[in-house]
Amino acid sequence: MTAKIVIKDLHKAFGPKKVLQGVDLEIAQGESVVVIGGSGSGKSVLLKCILGLLRPDSGEIFVDGQPTVHMGSSDRARMLAKFGMLFQGAALFDSLPVWQNVSFGLIQGQGMKLSEAKKLAIDTLAKVGLGADVADLTPAELSGGMQKRVGLARAIASKPEIIFFDEPTTGLDPIMSDVINQLIAERVRDLGATALSITHDMASARKIADRIVMLYRGKIIWQGKTAEIDHSGNAYVDQFINGRAEGPIQMEVRAS
Amino acid sequence: MNDFLATIGRSALGFFASVGRLFLFAGVSISHIVRPPFYLKLVLRQMMLIGYNSLPVVGLTSLFTGMVLALQSHTGFAGFGGDTAVAMLVVLSVTRELGPVIAGLMVAGRVGAAIAAELGTMSVTDQIAALSTLSTNPYKYLVVPRILAGVITMPLLVIVADIIGIMGGYIVAVYLLDANPSSYLHLTWVALKTPDVMSGLYKAAAFGFVVTLMGCYHGYHSRGGAQGVGSATTNAVVSGSILILLMDYLLTSVFFS
Repeated sequence: MTAKIVIKDLHKAFGPKKVLQGVDLEIAQGESVVVIGGSGSGKSVLLKCILGLLRPDSGEIFVDGQPTVHMGSSDRARMLAKFGMLFQGAALFDSLPVWQNVSFGLIQGQGMKLSEAKKLAIDTLAKVGLGADVADLTPAELSGGMQKRVGLARAIASKPEIIFFDEPTTGLDPIMSDVINQLIAERVRDLGATALSITHDMASARKIADRIVMLYRGKIIWQGKTAEIDHSGNAYVDQFINGRAEGPIQMEVRAS
Repeated sequence: MNDFLATIGRSALGFFASVGRLFLFAGVSISHIVRPPFYLKLVLRQMMLIGYNSLPVVGLTSLFTGMVLALQSHTGFAGFGGDTAVAMLVVLSVTRELGPVIAGLMVAGRVGAAIAAELGTMSVTDQIAALSTLSTNPYKYLVVPRILAGVITMPLLVIVADIIGIMGGYIVAVYLLDANPSSYLHLTWVALKTPDVMSGLYKAAAFGFVVTLMGCYHGYHSRGGAQGVGSATTNAVVSGSILILLMDYLLTSVFFS
């Protein structure tokens, strides 16, 4: 297997606050990696650095062997075409109906015709368990779980090679969380995509991940196969997966 | 003493940093105006929102401005027996100054605030980040259509404001102050000069640019939830209004010196 994404010694600070302090991570083609860690451990910043929404202070990121940190905007746009992303709050465009949200990347990015795009949007909605009647609603009319599904549909509509999931189950009830986890696992497998997720929901991590990586204070302190996480022998990991207040992990007060 | 100097230094650095960010933002936005892809439909939609929907408020304010100008100048010039000056004063003030400035300030309040609130909400809910992950450049998709619509529609709005303002002056002069209608119209026509009107329209285009730029800039960079969006909106309106008056002075000194 070749590495789809390679991250080398990534650093990022906001003023005096060092969020990422030397992250090294390789994600193989078709692998699903879940990054776990508490709030403020630098998970979101890591995703944003890979997508180029934030510029790291030092270190390198390669996607398909191409260095991306100092990419120009047109090269970056070409690179981002390989990506799909499900945002934490779904981040649907509230000025557009659901179907235009789902096929947005195809209409704007690839100039697909509207009639064709709508058909594709309805097909994609069906893959995340939503009927055609949802297509003409606006995002504001949907519940949180439905918005997440639409967000997932939007992330997979262009059949991306790489999909990022930012806290896919945050704010959902346990049943809806499981539905979303199931959908994510199935759709990623269907597409054969490389997936990188960040979460602090262990149920979600266990369901989605081939490999779990734990981030703490801007560094990777443990990584291993999903099945190994219960016998990690790492006090930080044990405290986190068991959700104990006492242990070596001290919670960060300030948000990053 | 050291603290005092440090405070001055910090705020000076902060000021230059934000001016730099603003110029960078303006530069990137302008560079995207001339590079494809172009979103013509979005420009047209923004023209409706910015221009057409501002017609009532711009029309009303310029009507009252013209009316009050006629009233003020009538009482002011009465001592000099200069009733004939009313028409000229109304035409000159409205076309050169008040038409564009009043329309600009109204649009800054209406449109600058709306743009900042919309882009601000999009920014804090990750919608702007989502655009870039969907192979769409947020500058092209969000900023450029608004700036173009502002630059195109402001002069059109000012043409309407000029006409209504001069009409307001006519109504007060003729119906309230018993001026002779045909001589008032004649004096208006004589006083109406193309360079005056054109200078007002150039100003209008510049105002349209700064208002939409400030709305986009503050909205795009808003952070921190609802409060951040609120202060972005305030900043957009305040900075837009101040820049309008500053640009007005600068452009006037260029045009009429």
